[in-house]
Amino acid sequence: MSHRLTSVYVPRDAAALSVGADAVAAAIRAEASRRGLPLRVVRNGSRGMLWLEPLVEVATDAGRVAYGAVTPADVPSLFDAGFLTGGPHPLGQGLTEEIPFFKKQERLTFARCGVIDPLSVEDYRAHGGFRGLENALAMTPAEIVATVTESGLRGRGGAGFPTGVKWNTVLNAEADEKFVCCNADEGDSGTFADRMMIEGDPFCLIEGMTIAALAVGATAGYVYMRSEYPHATDTLRHAIRLAYDEGWLGENIHGTDRTFHLEARVGAGAYICGEETAMLESLEGKRGMVRAKPPLPALQGLFGKPTVVNNVLSLCAVPIILDRGADYYRDFGVGRSRGTLPFQLAGNIRQGGIVEKAFGVTLHELLYEYGGGTISGRPIRAVQVGGPLGAYLPPAQFDLRKDYEAFAAQGAMLGHGGIVVFDDTVNMARQARFAMEFCAIESCGKCTPCRIGSTRGVEVIDKIIAGQDVDDNLALLDDLCEVMLDGSLCAMGGMTPFPVRSAIKHFGEDFRPTTASPSATGIRAGDAP
Amino acid sequence: MSVCPPWSAERAMSIVAEHARQRGALLPILHALQETFGCIDDAAIPLLAGALNLSRADVHGVVSFYHDFRRTRPGRHVVKMCRAEACQAMGADALLDHARRSLTVDAHGTTADGAFSLEPVFCLGNCALSPAVMIDGVLHGRVGPERFDALTADLRAQDQAGDAR
Repeated sequence: MSHRLTSVYVPRDAAALSVGADAVAAAIRAEASRRGLPLRVVRNGSRGMLWLEPLVEVATDAGRVAYGAVTPADVPSLFDAGFLTGGPHPLGQGLTEEIPFFKKQERLTFARCGVIDPLSVEDYRAHGGFRGLENALAMTPAEIVATVTESGLRGRGGAGFPTGVKWNTVLNAEADEKFVCCNADEGDSGTFADRMMIEGDPFCLIEGMTIAALAVGATAGYVYMRSEYPHATDTLRHAIRLAYDEGWLGENIHGTDRTFHLEARVGAGAYICGEETAMLESLEGKRGMVRAKPPLPALQGLFGKPTVVNNVLSLCAVPIILDRGADYYRDFGVGRSRGTLPFQLAGNIRQGGIVEKAFGVTLHELLYEYGGGTISGRPIRAVQVGGPLGAYLPPAQFDLRKDYEAFAAQGAMLGHGGIVVFDDTVNMARQARFAMEFCAIESCGKCTPCRIGSTRGVEVIDKIIAGQDVDDNLALLDDLCEVMLDGSLCAMGGMTPFPVRSAIKHFGEDFRPTTASPSATGIRAGDAP
Repeated sequence: MSVCPPWSAERAMSIVAEHARQRGALLPILHALQETFGCIDDAAIPLLAGALNLSRADVHGVVSFYHDFRRTRPGRHVVKMCRAEACQAMGADALLDHARRSLTVDAHGTTADGAFSLEPVFCLGNCALSPAVMIDGVLHGRVGPERFDALTADLRAQDQAGDAR
């Protein structure tokens, strides 16, 4: 400490801020100045152990030592305990990277998140940033596409489409201009990985998008942000300005003759704009109405031009693939699900946050080994995987391996890796009703099964909950689900039946309140608070 | 939140001009107008139609499609309350009921004294620290009824201190 300032890390991630990280940072600065101790406060991203936020870290010779969850009132006692040299304290968590939740992860995409100052190009470069882009600048477009194809990277937005195949289609399309669009409309409940990535390591997304642009010959790109994420949008816009200033965006990227312009755009609270064609309409300044496919966006996308549309996490996986090579990335995972996926533990969970693991980890491991069960202390009754259009799964299916094919075989989907946990007080008939209600509110209205079907679905489930002709109405609901599944234009109407049908299949007792059949846990449906 | 200025066609046109270089600029312009005036004024529809060479129906269609754009001014403080699944699992429905009772306002409504607008939303991305609430763009996690009352009481106190000055 005599020759170098001690670095104290206090996250600037929105989740950390939501539980008081700014006040903690201010308290640490004030206490340090009161005691005449010089220190440097770095506002990093989050390490993803959100139950410990605000998680304060101190850089020591042995590594970064963590304290959490810290409140401003704890700050004087942290100084008393000598936290600046890693001293013991009741909130001490030991070395950050030895915390079991963190230690067992395989962090590729999130390697820098929470480690670096997200708005320092210097810090980013010191941690391997822009190496992938430097390699890409020396490659032909076809070579970049081939590398991404060989890595086995599949779209992380939910559908799991091979990224390299998509890029190749755009590369081979003839056009006077092409675009790269990042779909950051992370509207699924239980997902926050995109937000954390953008707030914790925004240059990674900028680098990934620039590589995509080089690969397909695009000169302009957009990141479609959510209006619900103002903090992430501010961070990204700041990072884009810095990247322009330092010659990583704009004309003559890093001294070459390549050009890529990037802009962040903000949606306006429409869930459907997470569907790629609705997002393109919205970027064009229109209503977010889903387009019929074909034509594929890869051929006729934004403003009718060939367009790469990828999710944040897909694009953020690209720099490391170009840096370390396709083989390095492909060596993680199982079967046809290669690489890693950042799972997100959310809802009623003791240890919520980001778990980046290779595909093949089971739900059981995620929920109990990482998540530590529910925060309410009651048994887990159901989890919803893959957002509001994802299936509800009962504990009997928690040994399901997390990869695209295993989930598809069960009529479930992995989606964006979000896992929402419910304890045994949940009423699954109400959750099924909510799925239909959500679809009715958020449907773009273009196709009838989704627009009308969802409203009819709410009505039918209301009748079932009221105990009115339950058998007949369940049959009618199943029929309706069939129509929505087969007849909807996109996943909004086409997948809303997943949570509904899975709730009926696995938690049928909740749909028969009149028979008063107790659920497995002895709590009667309808008694939920 | 500061009080929004009244509608001004001149100011609106300068906002449109600021976005002239952007392609597909209608959404960024609408966001900027709402940021400035608090809502999308009726007069904005023909103005934007003329400026962007669209029909009034096109502009109205976009304004009405997106949940964010409002046609009337909100209260001094906008409370966005998440009612998506991860927050439901931690009692978001009960929290919304509590908020309606404690503020005496219905969902999507504004309190009689113009202090608060209550807007249910789907997902604020704080799903591991649910229930989540965003007040005037500031995110709060693990918000139970007591914390909600404390947050709103703070804002009322700030408003009163501001009025007294």
